[in-house]
Amino acid sequence: MNQKAIPVRNRAMTPQRLLVLALLLLALAAPFGIYPIFLMKGLCFALFAAAFNLLLGYVGLLSFGHAMFFGFASYVTAHAAKEWGFSPELAILAGVATAAALGLVTGWLAIRRSGIYFAMVTLAFSQMMFFVAIQAPFTHGEDGIQGVPRGHLLGFIDLNDSLAMYYFVLAVFVASLLFIHRIVTSPFGQVLKAIRDNEPRAISLGYEVERYKLLAFVLSAALAGLAGSMKSVVFQLASLADVHWHASGEVVLMTLLGGVGTVFGPTVGAFLVVAIQNYLSETGSWVTIIQGVIFILCVLMFRRGMAGMLGPMMKKRGIDV
Amino acid sequence: MIIKRLLMSVAALALSTGLAHAQFSDGKVKIGVLTDLSGTYSDLAGQGNIVAAQMAAEDAGGKINGMPIEIVSADHQNKADIASAIARKWYENEGVDAIADLVTTAAARAVREISKEKGKIDLISGAASLPLTNDWCSPTGFHWTYDNFATGAGTAASVTKQGGSSWFFLTADYAFGHDLQAQSERAIKANGGEIKGGVRHPFPNADFSSFLLQAQASGAKIIGLANAGADTINAIKQAKEFGITKSQNLVGLLIFITDIHSLGLETAQGMMLTTGFYWDIDDQTRAFAKRFAAKMNGRMPSMIQAGVYSAVSHYLKSIQAAKTDEGVKVADKMRELPIKDFFAKNGKLRPNGRMVHDMYLAQVKTPAESKGPWDYYKILRTIPGDEAFQPLSENTCPLVKK
Repeated sequence: MNQKAIPVRNRAMTPQRLLVLALLLLALAAPFGIYPIFLMKGLCFALFAAAFNLLLGYVGLLSFGHAMFFGFASYVTAHAAKEWGFSPELAILAGVATAAALGLVTGWLAIRRSGIYFAMVTLAFSQMMFFVAIQAPFTHGEDGIQGVPRGHLLGFIDLNDSLAMYYFVLAVFVASLLFIHRIVTSPFGQVLKAIRDNEPRAISLGYEVERYKLLAFVLSAALAGLAGSMKSVVFQLASLADVHWHASGEVVLMTLLGGVGTVFGPTVGAFLVVAIQNYLSETGSWVTIIQGVIFILCVLMFRRGMAGMLGPMMKKRGIDV
Repeated sequence: MIIKRLLMSVAALALSTGLAHAQFSDGKVKIGVLTDLSGTYSDLAGQGNIVAAQMAAEDAGGKINGMPIEIVSADHQNKADIASAIARKWYENEGVDAIADLVTTAAARAVREISKEKGKIDLISGAASLPLTNDWCSPTGFHWTYDNFATGAGTAASVTKQGGSSWFFLTADYAFGHDLQAQSERAIKANGGEIKGGVRHPFPNADFSSFLLQAQASGAKIIGLANAGADTINAIKQAKEFGITKSQNLVGLLIFITDIHSLGLETAQGMMLTTGFYWDIDDQTRAFAKRFAAKMNGRMPSMIQAGVYSAVSHYLKSIQAAKTDEGVKVADKMRELPIKDFFAKNGKLRPNGRMVHDMYLAQVKTPAESKGPWDYYKILRTIPGDEAFQPLSENTCPLVKK
């Protein structure tokens, strides 16, 4: 290796890097032990929660309408793949673009308010989009868009093979998480945190706070859309459940359970919630009650979420997360 | 280097476990009952379907050619995405050979797509939409008990003939409701009736007041309910509270005996309906109903629940005859064998998967006529199967050769 090319960077295996590496290896080997569709569902929701966390954890904006980006992107992807014959990557891009555009419009209006009013404005938009999803003919109402073809990625990778599909989803997920990590550690991310911690001071320092907020909102919307688009390709289905406000609530739950403002928190929370839904689905309506009990316990016992609690614990033993 | 070696060993490990994971026939006949266990349709389908499927397995002796029969079940909550996730998991991971019931069209369609792709059998009893045996038909998919053509068109035609000449529809806003309304409208127009309009309500819905007021304002003689289960019950009860039933008649285009039980005869008396099964037709139906009721706290089987028994039991017989549980071969055998049980005296399967059997036109008894709980129907006429169901000449399923 060319040592000169990397002048001062520390290449040593810190515990933190080891942890990330171990997680990555685990993710690579997981589909051989665990049902791939379940893992893909978990990854899609983890990305959704990570996108939501970008807004809540780093800008301090609680959006209660993220399902509209998630769900609408999944409709657009499903429609593009099924009716227009788009290849999966183009269909997903179409979904992401739709979510970003939707994010731009709703964000432009919503960021003028903060706190509960921001949440209500986003909820209102999301309900409007839900109504569109019920009434617009292309969404097929209660039936959803079914039988979406998975197609061939880049023309030669057959996504009907669930392993190929899994590694594609995993790759997109890891890339998105790196992207989010890059955002929050960049100077732009520092400004976002400054806005979260003290908005008047950020304004007095000369930052155009609204622009920063809007960009963060659009990025979050686009990433949520990416998650929704992938979900519709994985399940070959886009349905009302993903635009419903329940989905907006669920992503809040996932993020809070995992830990707001942590890199891995939303992933932990998403997998926890998806696992509960998956493995306890035989219990029927009890699922929501069990979810509620877990949520109450989490809020009472570890207020910073699972990952948020693990961080300080590991720090005590000299591991920096 | 360490990373490279690690990656390689993980890849090797992955490959070896991949080989060990290869799919093989598991020496079991496993049937999944996928239904609504907690929502709008849990009364007319739900737990009763699981009991019916278990009874069919018991009556087959619990095993076929030495292979044990296993019944599993899950709640799809009337949602297509949940249904498709469960169906995928069952087929790919848990060795399920066939899925039965599938009440709610959206869920049925989702599972139909997956079953078709995987060459597995679906035995639809609960869902009603006609496209299941038309555009969405499948070589391994069957539609057992009834459909919107048989119940909606059957009832609408009889009511129109008896003087119900103008109609207004209250329709559940999803594929099933739209289809039921379309089938009924066709029958009404064919019999010289007039359509005054309609309104769509969300599914599921609890408050029908604004929709009922629109129906009242339309001035139609008949308010047709193109919905089912708890939605129908709520609409009828609320219409009675509003006093609408004094000037206009409500007609449920898809009524189950469990709905009548919930409404009570006082409210439901005189209503006309078309059904695929009634427990009190002959000794065979009574014998089945008695056994069923013993396991269900005295509740009699709805047509969907009886249909699940008939479908599962015909499926098991066909496996025995075909000597395999491979989907396509069993499906061929199912079409070949006639269906003779308490549910269908002379049933046969069409190429599009439609099970054709006699339907019944019934009227709900008055409280005075009824001898007790569950004694609810007067059978006015037996509709022969070929008249009750959609003629093959109108069918759009590509499997039907014309």
